[in-house]
Amino acid sequence: MTSLLKRLSGHAGRVVLALVFALPLLFMLVSSFKPDDQIFGDLGSLRAFLPVGTLSLDNYTDMFERVPAARFLLNSVLISSVTVVLGIIVNSLAAFALSRMRWPGRKLVLTVIIATLIVPFETFALPLVWWVNQLPLLRVNGFHLAWTTGWMDTYQVQVLPFVANAFSIFFFHQFFQSIPKELDEAAIMDGAGWFTIYRRIVMPLSGPAVATVAILTFLPAWNSYLWPLMVVQSEELRPVMVGISYFFQLNVGWGQIMAYSSMITVPILALFVAFQRSFVNSIASTGVKG
Amino acid sequence: MTTRTAAPERLRPVRRTRTTNTRRRESLTALGMATPAVVLLIVFLVVPVALAFALAFTDARLISPTPARFVGLRNFTRLFEDPVFYKSLRNTAYFAAVVVPLQAGLALVLALLVNAKVRGVNFFRTVYFLPVVTSMVVVSLLWTFLYRKDGLVNHVISTLTLGHFQGPDWLGDPATAMPAIILMSVWQGVGFHMIIWLAGLQTIPAELYEAAEIDGATPWHRFCHVTWPGLRATRTFVLVTITIAAFSLFTQIRVMTQGGPLDSTTTVVYQAVRTGYDQQQTAYAAAISLIFFVLVLTVSLVQRFLTREKD
Repeated sequence: MTSLLKRLSGHAGRVVLALVFALPLLFMLVSSFKPDDQIFGDLGSLRAFLPVGTLSLDNYTDMFERVPAARFLLNSVLISSVTVVLGIIVNSLAAFALSRMRWPGRKLVLTVIIATLIVPFETFALPLVWWVNQLPLLRVNGFHLAWTTGWMDTYQVQVLPFVANAFSIFFFHQFFQSIPKELDEAAIMDGAGWFTIYRRIVMPLSGPAVATVAILTFLPAWNSYLWPLMVVQSEELRPVMVGISYFFQLNVGWGQIMAYSSMITVPILALFVAFQRSFVNSIASTGVKG
Repeated sequence: MTTRTAAPERLRPVRRTRTTNTRRRESLTALGMATPAVVLLIVFLVVPVALAFALAFTDARLISPTPARFVGLRNFTRLFEDPVFYKSLRNTAYFAAVVVPLQAGLALVLALLVNAKVRGVNFFRTVYFLPVVTSMVVVSLLWTFLYRKDGLVNHVISTLTLGHFQGPDWLGDPATAMPAIILMSVWQGVGFHMIIWLAGLQTIPAELYEAAEIDGATPWHRFCHVTWPGLRATRTFVLVTITIAAFSLFTQIRVMTQGGPLDSTTTVVYQAVRTGYDQQQTAYAAAISLIFFVLVLTVSLVQRFLTREKD
């Protein structure tokens, strides 16, 4: 009897907490379909969390008219996906060389890479802004190419600094070490080169690691704010998170802000719920190793 | 006999040159494979970290026609005379001092709740994790709305207290702005550390719990003598990651309060971005970054030292 009571109270705790975590997000989604006066009117009751009253897609259509939201969305998709693809290639190649091949200095390189993990991005973001502004750049100038300096306001400045990632290298390294080395030896006997081993044997066996690195690269790229805030001025190069600040300059209604927020959040949440099990497990396993 | 010993002797030098060649080719291929990542890490991580040290002693500006000059400790003397810098330091320390124990503790409670073998536990794990997947910009915007004087939070408070208590204008009042940001930040981040604790909990062997139960240990005793010691490695990881994240507080401030009201929520990173980017004073911001870097490093080293294995 007491154990049943205890179990019930544990469950009640879980349910209350679930409401605390879910309701603000539900409020955001539901409000995105309501006109502003109704959002405020519903605040005093449970109606705030329910899709009731006047519901329409007006906030969404208005939002697309007021700001170049489609362009922001396209930019973010482009920047995040290129970062993910390049990141997987560059980091897995490095991890392959570090974990499966024998060459002088590899232990030192790995140690230095892991040591950089403790440096938070915020500590060098500002010197990095100054630095990318000094880097050479080949720009298309009318019909000829011209060398200039300064990577500000480009796509590449939003991608390249985040391609190589110490954590991804470390994660691939741990995973590659669990694949038997006898496979390499057998392949070499058959006359395969190292790159063939990487491409035909190790990478096809590393699906879970690739998925984890993809997710853990995509999320920060999609959610990044500080960096694009500092290096992007042009409207046509802005990613979604910086695009939000547009609304405050325009002083639009909260319904439109909720519509924009839902548009850039709900697809990611849906993806997360779909892959929830493997995602949570992969973070859990990396946490223990880290 | 002679032919047997002669044969390997004839073969050995041949075999050695072959392996040296293969070795050399292996080294070259490996270097080629590691180069892109290493070069990118040097250009976008090692160089800017070194620049944080170098630029702090110059008068560099983001866009300037004249090259940067060495100015010695001028940026630092200016910084130590800046009252906003002390407020930033104090607010950052305040945020970290509350968030680290609160978030770590709450995350552990959540992890214990969803570690039970009951139905629907996966659902709860997913729900608790939803804010983690949501970007901090969106979370900050949403809570700016919820924290209004006439916002949802105050309506809930008023309903729960049957109208006896009226909430303040959370972000507009210097006394409540930082606590409000703390609460929201914990709400957003706690799910991540729940997962880390959960992974730690699952490495504790079930036999230990069975043995404790046979000895008649109460749940509280089981927690103190089995769970808590079993989580030592996880504990270090959770503490260090929350601390570093807490020190880096920026997005919430930028979106919700811009450091106000009356500098009550300005932080070190926010001040660095405001001077370095908004006011284009790169060198001054580099000095702030440098102090921030030393601060983060010191605190995480001290934490590692305090939570080290004591054998």
